[in-house]
Amino acid sequence: MPVIDPSAGTVFPTPGAQNYLPAQSAPGDLTDELLNTDWWTDEIVASAGIPIIDVPFVSVGGGIGSFVTADYLRIGGVDTSQIRILSALDHPWETYEYLTRVSQIPRGERLRSDSASRPDNIWGFPSYAVSEAWRTKNPRRLWQVLVEPVFDDFYTPKAGFVFEQIEREANRIRYDEMLAKGLVRVVRRRAGGGYFTILTPPEGATSTKRLAFRSQYVHLAVGYPGLKFLPDLQAYRTEHNDYQHVVNAYESHEHVYERLRTTPSTVLVRGGGIVASRVLQRLMDDRLLHGAQTTIIHLFRTFIDGPNDGAGSLKPHPFMKRKGADGWAYQGFNYPKSVWGGQLKAEMRKLEGAERAAKYKVMGGTNTPYRRYWQKQMKQGRQEGWYQLAIGTVESMQPHNGRILNQLKTAQGVYPLEVDFVIDCTGLEADITEHRLLKDLLEHSGAGRNPVGRLDVDRNFELKGTVSGNGVMYASGSTTLGGYFPGVDTFLGLQVAAQEIQADLAKRGFGKRIGTLRSTSQWLKWFSGKQI
Amino acid sequence: MLPTLNGRIQTRIFMLAFFGSIITLLITPVLPGDPDYRTTFIILATVLVLGVIWEVIYHGLMQWRWEKDWPTLFGLLNAINEGILVWVLLELELVPGIEGEVPFSAFLIMFLVIWLFIWVWTNGPMRIFNIRWRFFGGRLV
Repeated sequence: MPVIDPSAGTVFPTPGAQNYLPAQSAPGDLTDELLNTDWWTDEIVASAGIPIIDVPFVSVGGGIGSFVTADYLRIGGVDTSQIRILSALDHPWETYEYLTRVSQIPRGERLRSDSASRPDNIWGFPSYAVSEAWRTKNPRRLWQVLVEPVFDDFYTPKAGFVFEQIEREANRIRYDEMLAKGLVRVVRRRAGGGYFTILTPPEGATSTKRLAFRSQYVHLAVGYPGLKFLPDLQAYRTEHNDYQHVVNAYESHEHVYERLRTTPSTVLVRGGGIVASRVLQRLMDDRLLHGAQTTIIHLFRTFIDGPNDGAGSLKPHPFMKRKGADGWAYQGFNYPKSVWGGQLKAEMRKLEGAERAAKYKVMGGTNTPYRRYWQKQMKQGRQEGWYQLAIGTVESMQPHNGRILNQLKTAQGVYPLEVDFVIDCTGLEADITEHRLLKDLLEHSGAGRNPVGRLDVDRNFELKGTVSGNGVMYASGSTTLGGYFPGVDTFLGLQVAAQEIQADLAKRGFGKRIGTLRSTSQWLKWFSGKQI
Repeated sequence: MLPTLNGRIQTRIFMLAFFGSIITLLITPVLPGDPDYRTTFIILATVLVLGVIWEVIYHGLMQWRWEKDWPTLFGLLNAINEGILVWVLLELELVPGIEGEVPFSAFLIMFLVIWLFIWVWTNGPMRIFNIRWRFFGGRLV
């Protein structure tokens, strides 16, 4: 069996199977020896027949998190040959667009994101509102961003505009040159420093089943570990094999809306967050604009009807009091605004352990923005009787004459409720161990959990416990929620992380510091659309 | 994105000391009533010193806001309360070092030009020159 000399493994993959390493007679798959070993030597990787590719920096994920990190590094002067983004996605916005589209934010609708949260622009200037006003030659959005949130709703950008701008920036930084397609199976520390990241390329793209990327730095931005359905909903679906009438808002469920437009029906919506708001808007738009005759029962487990905080206090501290009414807790964005630079960011940075977890709880809790349009729709629905509220939980669900019979458990007792569809908008996230790669990191690479159970990262987003010689592993995004910086799972949060990671790498000699001169000259290039 | 108290004070001092001084230098010769540089720079210094106190007050008010933010519009409208206070002190001759009367129009023009410039700058172009500024609470050091 030919063994690849590790020192000769310096081939950068370029798109096209013909450019990968020549065929090996070895299958090039992971062996038990590899899987059972925490620290890998070059020799055991090579002896498994897995081709080794050297690149200093690898980002795993290929979504918005990898994109903004690569963007920072490119602006910090790192060449595309020094970065590989390992991803199953063709475009960084792919997963995000899927999730927003099915949860009822198609390209023409507006996200829940601040005007200056631009993944395509590390400076956040000009903001989306300014760009939109310029593009549409309409100052309306400038006015909105000026008077928000007091005299108008918060300005938020249209999903489609965000994706178009990310595409522009991806082309500008030559993102495709850095992309290596495939699924990452494991990341292990390398004896002698750095890491091995094992990629499974698409079938037939390479002669071996796996490729090993040998790098000094690894960045993980794999996104949500997975969706978790409410246990009672999942039980119903599995037991009755009914995936048509009971759906989760994060899976494609367009068939529900199609049916509702043609057949007068009753829908049970569960959840009190942004996704519930979006789904309600869709249901109400279809009713008000397209003639659907849908009756909506909205079930809140926790009904908020006044000042609240995430910890569920009935009398929150005057300094920690969020507005709420009609079941909802109202908040402009998914975190209080000052987590991205202000007071809450500064406070959280100093907290450890249980104190930090408690702070997360107080500022957390399900919430949704107060939007005038939604308020108007809900008010009309309540008045006309086709939007009804219920408070409680579902004790059981049974199929009944082609419909679903729910037993609602409320403070007044258990009531039967028959509906045609159930849309679950509770948006639970699975534990990080549901993700194979993250599970492996916890078991084999020294990674640990933070006070809220996700990956434990330091203030510079280094994944604690995973240092390997001169190598560093970083992580950003939702898998790191609960760290010194809240808001990691947002556009701005990913940029905050990318900025810290880039600065840390620059200190280690990988890329340059982005000081005033570099920042200014690079912004001019961004502004003029010059490719770098 | 949002500043902390420390960051707000630092940004304010930097903005007034740097841009405020440049604008004052340029604008003083064309102000009505022909005030001298000594007068206009003392007014600028007064705005700065009082501004630090105002920031502490705004910070206190912010605590009642869940988001702990200070909307962009407030930052613009604060020109009214801050401007009135400086003008009242000038009228009452409580600002040390200023001799003679300062014409209201001269004060108004200078104050508004500086305020508007700094408001626009901190809400936009400032981010180009210092990428860390917006995520670090508006701190410069």
